[in-house]
Amino acid sequence: MSEHFLLRHRDIPGIDRLDVYRRHGGFETIKKVLTTMQPSQVLNEVKASGLRGRGGAGFPTGIKWSFLPDNLWPHYVVCNADESEPGTFKDREIMESNPFQFLEGLMIAAYAVQAKVAYVYLRGEFWQVANFLDEKITEMEAAGLLGDNLFGTQTSIRLYTHLGAGAYICGEETALLESLEGKLGQPRLRPPFPAVYGLYGKPTVVNNVETLTNLPPILEKGAAWYKSLGTEKSPGVKIFSLSGNVQRPGNYELPLGATFRELIYTHGGGLAEGRKVKAILPAGASSSIVSVDDDKVLDTPMDYESVAAIGSQLGSASVIVCDDTVNMAWLVEKTVNFFKHESCGKCTPCREGTFWMNRIAGRISSGKGTSADIDLLEDVARQIAGKCLCALGEFSVMAVQTGIAQFRSDFEEKVHSHTTERV
Amino acid sequence: MNQLLNHYSAEVQRILAKYPPEYKRSAVMPLLYLAQRAEGYVAKQALEDIAEIVEISTTEVSSIVGFYTLYYDQPAGRYRIQVCTDLPCALRGADRFLHELCERLGIEEGATTPDGLFTVEAVKCLAACHRAPMFQVQGDGDIAYHEDQTVELTLAWMDEVRARVAQEKEAK
Ligand SMILES: Cc1cc2nc3c(=O)[nH]c(=O)nc-3n(C[C@H](O)[C@H](O)[C@H](O)COP(=O)(O)O)c2cc1C
Ligand code: SF4
Ligand code: FES
Repeated sequence: MSEHFLLRHRDIPGIDRLDVYRRHGGFETIKKVLTTMQPSQVLNEVKASGLRGRGGAGFPTGIKWSFLPDNLWPHYVVCNADESEPGTFKDREIMESNPFQFLEGLMIAAYAVQAKVAYVYLRGEFWQVANFLDEKITEMEAAGLLGDNLFGTQTSIRLYTHLGAGAYICGEETALLESLEGKLGQPRLRPPFPAVYGLYGKPTVVNNVETLTNLPPILEKGAAWYKSLGTEKSPGVKIFSLSGNVQRPGNYELPLGATFRELIYTHGGGLAEGRKVKAILPAGASSSIVSVDDDKVLDTPMDYESVAAIGSQLGSASVIVCDDTVNMAWLVEKTVNFFKHESCGKCTPCREGTFWMNRIAGRISSGKGTSADIDLLEDVARQIAGKCLCALGEFSVMAVQTGIAQFRSDFEEKVHSHTTERV
Repeated sequence: MNQLLNHYSAEVQRILAKYPPEYKRSAVMPLLYLAQRAEGYVAKQALEDIAEIVEISTTEVSSIVGFYTLYYDQPAGRYRIQVCTDLPCALRGADRFLHELCERLGIEEGATTPDGLFTVEAVKCLAACHRAPMFQVQGDGDIAYHEDQTVELTLAWMDEVRARVAQEKEAK
């Protein structure tokens, strides 16, 4: 793609500085929004743009905002900057390099739902990013871009950062809210949803960093422009975090619907000499594994519907590429170990299930397992699926089930390496 | 007497100001970072100080320390070198990197160097998968990323830190 709408720092060096950002039209959009538009008009424009949440679930942003009741106050906006899915590193680049566009987007969201306060919840490891954002927020306050009576209107908006402390589950929106309230990061029972009962029990919008960063260009150029990018059901641009066995891993901003082939070969520089793609995890460690047994799979467009149609998920578009040297039993041990480590322990199927899957997968991967262990692993996964309080438990079985179903011989190989050793 | 409040009074106030006065409890996590800054772990006294400031029980504060991985209730090396060995990094040689680093340092994973300066541990994804092998360093109240690493680069950096710490000691 020639022009970047999200990773604008790649076209405009120094855009992380307030003067440079303003020289390139920065904060003109929030000014237009605050001085000439009603909150409901902003909401309708975002609805019309078809923007879908970039945090993983792909829920339409404007529709989510419209769920907030207008008889319960105050409203809050909370930005999800927890970015902890293995393979995801896009929000970090946005915040580090194009921070003002993100913060302007957060202000637009706050105005649309008439929130006076918004929090940015960052994973604890983003300590330096949080300090950096705090500096930017201070600069905005000094320039009259945050605070009371913005641009001569009645509108007040205040932004605050808040650091988590190392827990993947805090990316799940209700666990995030618990954590922000100073409690253990464990998911809440739903309903009620955050739109009605969110932060401090008040109506709350939770949106991802990238989702919010889309707002300034949408409000500047209009919904029709946005819909001209991407596909009909997945409009707009997306940042794909490409990692694993490729020559040039990194973030690539492409229209939704670009193919795996374009991402991996045109942008990612392909694989090492003589290697081919064996499997792809399009949504990080939480993905169903896509087997690239047929080269045509690489022509699948990366939009929410097309990736679902090949039995996987686009999620936050953290595309992990595995070449033909990777054994899938080894991979499954990695993902299962992650989920065992990150299970919050609130419900039994997930807590116990990930513990056992980790044991069994570890046994298989280290060559100490038997054929019966493969069935056992599948069995434990089956007992977790559909029985968990939150999606983490469901995520934990994705790679296990699709891995064994499509690459059973990789597991057999590990198991037999042990039998041959013993003989 | 509340030592944390005494010691960091301005910072405590700045933290509390972020949240509605009736929801002080939200300040517990930032306050734990503050308490951990000097010694690299949360001492027992600090748990009580924080509990008093945000008006919850000491047990509740301590359960938060237990739940989140970036808080510690035990001292370790002054710098925690936390190497990501999650799937995307592992596909780019992170396990081998960690193994070799430990071997060169002559310590087991999770252990501390004899001079008490560095603890080396494996951790989960740090959102830097495109720059593996990588690690973060937690220490002196900061968390810094070290990306695109080799064992040689890391050892050289550790030498620099050792030299700096030795100088600090002399200066005292
Ligand atoms: C286990 C788990 C982890 C999640 N981690 C994140 C995350 O790190 N960042 C994020 O934006 N959303 C994450 N989500 C999705 C959020 O719950 C929520 O859907 C999202 O923040 C909504 O924002 P969006 O509509 O703008 O995408 C996670 C969900 C689950 C179940
Ligand atoms: S599914 Fe796992 S992470 Fe989610 S609430 Fe249950 S134990 Fe916690
Ligand atoms: S897997 Fe290591 S930083 Fe993401």
